[in-house]
Amino acid sequence: MIRPVILRPMALRPATLGLVALAVLVLVLPLVISNSFYLDLVIRIAINAIIVLGLNLLIGFAGQISFGHAGFLGIGAYASAVLPTHFGWPPLLALIAGAAAAAALAAVMAWPIFRLKGHYLAMATLGLGIILNLIFRNEASYTGGPDGMAVPAMELFGLQLSRDRQWYWVIAALLLVSVWASLNIIDSPFGRALRALHGSDVAARVVGVDIARYKMAIFVMSATFASIMGSITAHYVGFVTPNIADFFHSVELVTMVVVGGMASVFGSLLGAVLLTILPQALATFEGWETVAFGAILILCMIFMPRGLLPTLAARLGSLRFAVARLRAGRSAGESDS
Amino acid sequence: MLAQFLQYLFSGITIGATYALAALGFTMIYNASTVINFAQGEFIMLGGMLAVMFQQAGFPLPLAVLLAIIVPSLVGVLMEKMVVEPVRSADTVNIIIITIGASLVIRGVVQVVFGKGAFMLSSFSGDTPVEIGGAMIMPQSFWVIGVSALVVVGLWYFFTRTLTGKAMLATSFNRTAAELVGINTSWVLWMSFAMSAAVGALGGVLVTPLTMTSYDSGIMLGLKGFVAAVVGGLGSGAGALVGGLLVGVLEAMGAGYLSSSYKDALPFVLILLILFFLPRGLFGSRQTERV
Repeated sequence: MIRPVILRPMALRPATLGLVALAVLVLVLPLVISNSFYLDLVIRIAINAIIVLGLNLLIGFAGQISFGHAGFLGIGAYASAVLPTHFGWPPLLALIAGAAAAAALAAVMAWPIFRLKGHYLAMATLGLGIILNLIFRNEASYTGGPDGMAVPAMELFGLQLSRDRQWYWVIAALLLVSVWASLNIIDSPFGRALRALHGSDVAARVVGVDIARYKMAIFVMSATFASIMGSITAHYVGFVTPNIADFFHSVELVTMVVVGGMASVFGSLLGAVLLTILPQALATFEGWETVAFGAILILCMIFMPRGLLPTLAARLGSLRFAVARLRAGRSAGESDS
Repeated sequence: MLAQFLQYLFSGITIGATYALAALGFTMIYNASTVINFAQGEFIMLGGMLAVMFQQAGFPLPLAVLLAIIVPSLVGVLMEKMVVEPVRSADTVNIIIITIGASLVIRGVVQVVFGKGAFMLSSFSGDTPVEIGGAMIMPQSFWVIGVSALVVVGLWYFFTRTLTGKAMLATSFNRTAAELVGINTSWVLWMSFAMSAAVGALGGVLVTPLTMTSYDSGIMLGLKGFVAAVVGGLGSGAGALVGGLLVGVLEAMGAGYLSSSYKDALPFVLILLILFFLPRGLFGSRQTERV
């Protein structure tokens, strides 16, 4: 009875509000940041955020886990490194080719993989990621092996992207588009079908969702997202090593989804921010950073199993409710006297 | 030809025995709790590293080995009590992340204490190879295979012939029913962590004289143990044994006849193929899902 009254002043939907706030933040940040170290950090955060948005559609909304997503990043990164270097392809074409390859692989693998559930699905995606990583590691004549290789600069319509400021605007624009697209996908019939998958395959099938097709679509989509961002990372950093595609990186990405908040678009952003900054901040602990990282993961999962943003939102909601009840009680008391 | 084949076969069975022990560890915890413990590989690593440490500290080998098995099983119990028990009803993904977090903590502590170097444990009975059909077999291989076989027989006896083992098995079939007949299921849970850590650590101790060990050696061993457990079908003890040996032999044959740089990829190719055709592994239960 009370809550609608409290919420009425906020005519804008929270999602729209969040998107506007993000846009403002993106515009203001470069004015505030003068240090190139922090600009670099912000760019890395944004890149991770875009990948995690795609992965959250798969894990958080559709409920299908992937422990091999870094493999798709690797496909994009190495397409952008190998094709221009060894075969003289223009970078943009290489990026598209990488994305197409990742999409094709995801489509081929989706059919057998998504008949699997739970741990078997985790195993299969994990295996796929490790095989891809080993290919990048072993085909040294093309990829430079474990030492990695240099990546030529990105060229867009004859313009070379080289300075951090230029990259910032490109990646910031991509981030805003991704957030906007994710919000729209979730509210579309496609998004509702995905959420039905999360609940129960059988229930989804009963209400007429073609589960195999939807699982394939979302897997292909998030793999394509990952591949494109892999290409962009490679061009931005100017160097690529097989570590981009290793198991630990896949785990990091899944962790960003879960710590930020499953099935929460802005939670993905929060997860990317925290888990990109955390290793940097922990680097000062000299050797203990792995221990600290592991401990933080465990504590997050024990005390905030739904992820940071949903937990905070719930806390805030109940706080608001309590305040409202207090006020209502007081005004009732006042009118009595 | 035959000598070479035998050589690969023996090295495959040796490493396969370690995978089988790791897979049995996964299976025990999975049966008690439906948790996949991604820290299983760290128990293997801990076994090897601690055996080296205790031996260098001057303990006689048998005592060093015993301590290198007891300490990891205490770590296992601690892990169960502190991080797994509080989230009993959480989602699969959450529990997987928690066990990955625990593996990072264990690996991180070992890295701080021992550094990033590789460590060697001396063989249990010398380094003079034994010739069988032209293949040269290290004596340590017999230790690995023999002790693993004993462990498997011991576990089989424990789970089928003793009341405690049957209680653990009953819990894995139906937790609620087990509680109703008076089985203390939370005891079963930490017991399974202790046993699986001990079995994993034993595998690590046995194989270290052949492969050396370092703080990060548990990652691949654990993942391949997981592959072995899934090859056989999660939850099946016989499946874990067959899966471990299959993965080990395939890897050794692949390294010998195909390409040594892709030997690590072979277990994962195998598991993808098996899952594509048998979505529940070779020996997995064929039960239907209840809606």
